[in-house]
Amino acid sequence: MNDMSNTGRGKLPSAEEAALIKKFLNDTTLFLGPDPEIMQNHDIMPRTADEDEAISKVDDAHIIAKIRDRIQSGCDEGYEMVEQMGAAPGAKWGDVITGVYSASGDLAIASAGGVLIFSALVHHPIKFIIKNWINDPTVGVREGDGFIHNDSRYGNVHNTDQSMILPIFHKGKLVCWVASTVHEGENGAIEPGGMPSMAESPSDEGLKMSPFKVVENYQIKRDILTFLQNSVREPKLQYEDMKVKLFACLRIKQRIEETLNTDGPEALVSTLRLTMENVRAEVKRRISQWPDMTVRTYIIQDSTLRENCVVKINCKLTKTGDRLIFDFRGSAPEFTNRATNTIVAGLKGMLAQVFLCYVWPDLPRGQAAFAPIEVITDPHSIVNCSYDAPNSQSLMSIFTGFTAGQHAVAKFLYSCPEKFTKVHAPTFNMINTFVWGGVSQHGETLGNLCADLNGMGAGATVDRDGEHALAPIFATMADIGEQELNEEEVPFLQLVSKKMTRDAIAPGKYRGGQGYTMMVATKDSEQWGFMTVCQGAKIPPLQGLFGGYACGCYPLSKVKGVDVYDVLLNTPEKFKHSIEEIMNEQPFEGASYTTHHMGMGFEISKRGELFMISQGAGAGYGDLLERDPKGIIKDIEEGLISPQVAARLYKVVFDPNTLAIDEVATDAARAAERKARIARSKPYAEFVKDWNKPQPPSHLQYFGAWGDDVSVLYMGAPDKVRDAATPRPNYMAHPKDVRIAELEARLAAMGALGGEKQ
Amino acid sequence: MKVAMTEYLRIDLKTEKWECRVCDHEIAPARGSYKEGLLVYDRDPTEIHPPIIDPDKYRFTFSPDPEWVRILEFCCPHCGTQVETEYAIPGHPPLHDMDVDLDALKAQWAARGEAAAPYAGPAVARADGHGH
Repeated sequence: MNDMSNTGRGKLPSAEEAALIKKFLNDTTLFLGPDPEIMQNHDIMPRTADEDEAISKVDDAHIIAKIRDRIQSGCDEGYEMVEQMGAAPGAKWGDVITGVYSASGDLAIASAGGVLIFSALVHHPIKFIIKNWINDPTVGVREGDGFIHNDSRYGNVHNTDQSMILPIFHKGKLVCWVASTVHEGENGAIEPGGMPSMAESPSDEGLKMSPFKVVENYQIKRDILTFLQNSVREPKLQYEDMKVKLFACLRIKQRIEETLNTDGPEALVSTLRLTMENVRAEVKRRISQWPDMTVRTYIIQDSTLRENCVVKINCKLTKTGDRLIFDFRGSAPEFTNRATNTIVAGLKGMLAQVFLCYVWPDLPRGQAAFAPIEVITDPHSIVNCSYDAPNSQSLMSIFTGFTAGQHAVAKFLYSCPEKFTKVHAPTFNMINTFVWGGVSQHGETLGNLCADLNGMGAGATVDRDGEHALAPIFATMADIGEQELNEEEVPFLQLVSKKMTRDAIAPGKYRGGQGYTMMVATKDSEQWGFMTVCQGAKIPPLQGLFGGYACGCYPLSKVKGVDVYDVLLNTPEKFKHSIEEIMNEQPFEGASYTTHHMGMGFEISKRGELFMISQGAGAGYGDLLERDPKGIIKDIEEGLISPQVAARLYKVVFDPNTLAIDEVATDAARAAERKARIARSKPYAEFVKDWNKPQPPSHLQYFGAWGDDVSVLYMGAPDKVRDAATPRPNYMAHPKDVRIAELEARLAAMGALGGEKQ
Repeated sequence: MKVAMTEYLRIDLKTEKWECRVCDHEIAPARGSYKEGLLVYDRDPTEIHPPIIDPDKYRFTFSPDPEWVRILEFCCPHCGTQVETEYAIPGHPPLHDMDVDLDALKAQWAARGEAAAPYAGPAVARADGHGH
């Protein structure tokens, strides 16, 4: 750099010039993208003058509680409407939330059922509307308006979720907002179903609705509606669910107006504000009861859904006094052309679920419960991705981030005398289900997924086994759906469904709840296919708790070159009802049997070909040698574990015919195993001398920090790194190109390229 | 005063040591990592999560890949109780997972009074319904 280039350096604009520059920039903003000021902040907004005044007039705890219950009932009523009337499969199984937001845009009260993560995210688009549209003469916010939104970069989990947002006025003054959000599924992305794993840029992710007005005078604007319908694969669903969400919001509005008429606007405003402030204060009090400590954990993603690799979600959770800080620095850098990144607000939303669903479920559901908790991340990391990074499969990172949080929190809770739930090992965290799409038996173009994603196995607790297939981590009150009803609308059958996958276990003193097998085969369409969007076929996506084990791994199995419907018709005895039997016995002559990781891009299926997966198990709790032998025998009887695996792992001795337990022999076998453990293990200091390595193994594509040093992030190889604070592009090669290169290298080594010109 | 910190570990606030709750063995200084006083075994994960489909035929079998992940099993050197597991990338240093501020813990429990038995948390009572 020469002297010339420094001319003028250090000259700062005067206050007057700075004001002029600011006005110029405000007046000539070319694009209102996601606002970092809104998107990075998850705390509640400062108390306004109106709220102050309302609280000065109404602060009686009984009145506040009464009104809160009324508004809560209104939200639940709206939720029921969406669940009963919504067309999206997600709506039917409860992948929905409704809520009432303060005039400043904070979520004060949410429906009791549904997907709580939305509650931590929909305040962002409302704040965008408040900041940008209220005073914009070309937009404005008036009574009867409704706004739609789905782009996660403006505040959302992923772009399948659409919100309808209505301002509520009283005598011409904005008093609050209501919103309804549904996992709609289809959104016109590169793959059907709204969650493309093949997206390599945000432009592959379908509809990207920043918050905009789609309703005036309580009527959906037909021109805009038509544009939206024309942009997705399910135009009828788009219309129906916009109407459903609008009418759910109107019902909540009606309940709010009843409260306004009986108690006045101050009582409503005071209730919304005090509910949030009281929850926030209570959260800080509860945190102060935990031990001051730092807990470290990490969870591994074993793929980008396109290729297997090792992607670290690093979590350091520190509690000091009444402060709680999640530090996710050291997690993998964002992938420039893979869809598994998340915006940081999505991660925060899922962490809020740890507390509201698993730690303090007694608290009123809303934004305030996570408001005082702090989150630190590296910029442009997989848990805080940039505007330019695709994030349609953000679930991979927010769910593994959730598990890191759930695992860390359990270690704080054990010693705390004040508990609101039991200490809990991590629940399974992957959406092991089939996403599907194509043309149905009725000629309809469809794109969506099976509700089995909700059938995650629960983690074990301090005194109980985990429940099987209980509920997803993102909604503790959701349903896994009725497959028979689904089959009326889609051209495939689940030939095996809800049957527990034997030996896919998470052992412990208390074992994790188990996952079930799903086998699907297309029947009535030549234009139909499936995809799967999960990690965990090579590395479990969980950690166990206090000596318990995590789950195992879950692959995708395919059988092609067979029509199982013909088999069922002609030789039904050949059909088997477990993945174990079909893959090991290979009962269909001439068919091909293959296994894959769980990131299957959309694949057209032929009639009668089998696609087989299993839901996953929650993590185990405690030393498996302490498991009650009676519980083990019950697991054998229920087909959860085979007798030989049970005997080998749990050191339980029983009669193979009667399953009668030999207590004395079991005690002896377990005592011997404890001695064997001591004999085969090494003292820590000696162990780490051999085990610890200064950098990631060269045989793995590893992403993220190594060990305690979070200042350097590895980007796929020991010699490819980035400074954690300095973003760099992180491109992955196309898996087919990688495979072609491998095969060409083999051909070249054999001299078989035949002098092909390059 | 002794504070139960996990299913198998407690801290003696007076001696400032991690202790085994099963056999009372004194494990390690409480200002450091309890893991330093335990034994460790590098477990092949396929032994815990057995292949459900034939590993000779298939690339993915329901077992973790032992070249991609290992299970570090930590046990008490005196009684052999498995205190902790850690699913680890090969060569990744074990985590100092519970880094306790001992002075704050002492102050917290001094204010609380004598340590009670660990509270498991509220039970979910079965509702027997309404009857006449």
